[in-house]
Amino acid sequence: MTQLQARDVVRSYGRTPALRGVTLDLDEGEILAVTGPSGCGKSTLLHCLAGILRPDSGEVTWRGERIDTWSEAARSRLRRTEFGVLFQFGQLVAELTAAENVALPLLLAGTGRREARAVAASWLDRLGVGEVADVRPGEMSGGQQQRCAAARALVTGPRVLFADEPTGALDTLAGEQLLTTLVRLSREKGTSVVLVTHEPRIAAYADREVVLRDGTVDHSGLGVPSTGGHR
Amino acid sequence: MSEVSTPHVLLGLLASGGRHGYELKRAYDARLPQARPLAFGQVYATLGRLERDGMVAVTGQERDGGPDRTTYALTDEGRAALDRWLSDVEPPLPYVASTLLAKVVVALLVADVDRARSCLVAQRQAHTARLRELTGVKHAPSATLDDVVAADYAIAHLDADLRWLATTLDRVADWHREVHP
Repeated sequence: MTQLQARDVVRSYGRTPALRGVTLDLDEGEILAVTGPSGCGKSTLLHCLAGILRPDSGEVTWRGERIDTWSEAARSRLRRTEFGVLFQFGQLVAELTAAENVALPLLLAGTGRREARAVAASWLDRLGVGEVADVRPGEMSGGQQQRCAAARALVTGPRVLFADEPTGALDTLAGEQLLTTLVRLSREKGTSVVLVTHEPRIAAYADREVVLRDGTVDHSGLGVPSTGGHR
Repeated sequence: MSEVSTPHVLLGLLASGGRHGYELKRAYDARLPQARPLAFGQVYATLGRLERDGMVAVTGQERDGGPDRTTYALTDEGRAALDRWLSDVEPPLPYVASTLLAKVVVALLVADVDRARSCLVAQRQAHTARLRELTGVKHAPSATLDDVVAADYAIAHLDADLRWLATTLDRVADWHREVHP
């Protein structure tokens, strides 16, 4: 079942067009890789799908409802409850420990401090970094930081995880371990994933690959159709 | 990628003790799961040559009601040859000798830019399909570290080819203009 749709999405930065009419669907539980060269519009598309950016024209639909017309507050609420976002550099809060960072989205959603802390600890365990729960980001390796950021993105049980070059700052092995964990958790929970990457070996983990070129979806045969494995 | 040196791999598999041909073939398949398949005939032919050259020696023959099973063991000379091979660093390839590159060059020479582009796109599809297949092999619950390391090697090379294909797709129009001014 289609969860998220983009229809003819156009977005520019000033006079520079980033997306020139992108149409795509994301199925429930599907891992979709969005690939293409630098500057092709991958990250802008992710931001539009996640409701972080509003398209200049076109539509973004979440479970049948247009969200591009929603207020910033409504889109922000949607992101807190239904979406998780993971960037290339985890963007953890430097002053907080790993567990405090991961608990943050739960506290914002009104969960009590003790419960938030317990749930955060369990997610750190699932991501294989339970041992750094009381450690601040500055004292962790890049791989540990990114796993904490992934735990933070998943702690609210989102229906969609948006991952923008999540392994871009990691070495091959650390990147692979993170990705394998994300794929496993996505399959277990039925979470859809939008995986933005420029690396073929990372895109190979997805069910389907869409290639962007100059702000549009390439239809020349560069993409990889769905294997249907997520259904 | 250079060819696997079957004689040296067989010498290596004999380093921990004598084995017969069937065991060697099975050990070869397990240790080098992504290598070009090795036929039984090739195992016996290689063992015959290694014996002739004094690298291995026959140490026993079992019958056990079944076919003859000749056990081979490493000789001192074989062990020395194995040591020399392991000590030799493989030379990084000194020049580009890829069929893939040659095919795109020829496509550009004899056809139009669309033909060259479709050649690159088709190649990318084949490479991507193989990359995904190997990623599956690597993460299969039954995968051993032999499988993982062999798949890593193949994936790293496919990944490099795929990057080259992507860059070349970006260059192909300019390249065609340069070849056909």
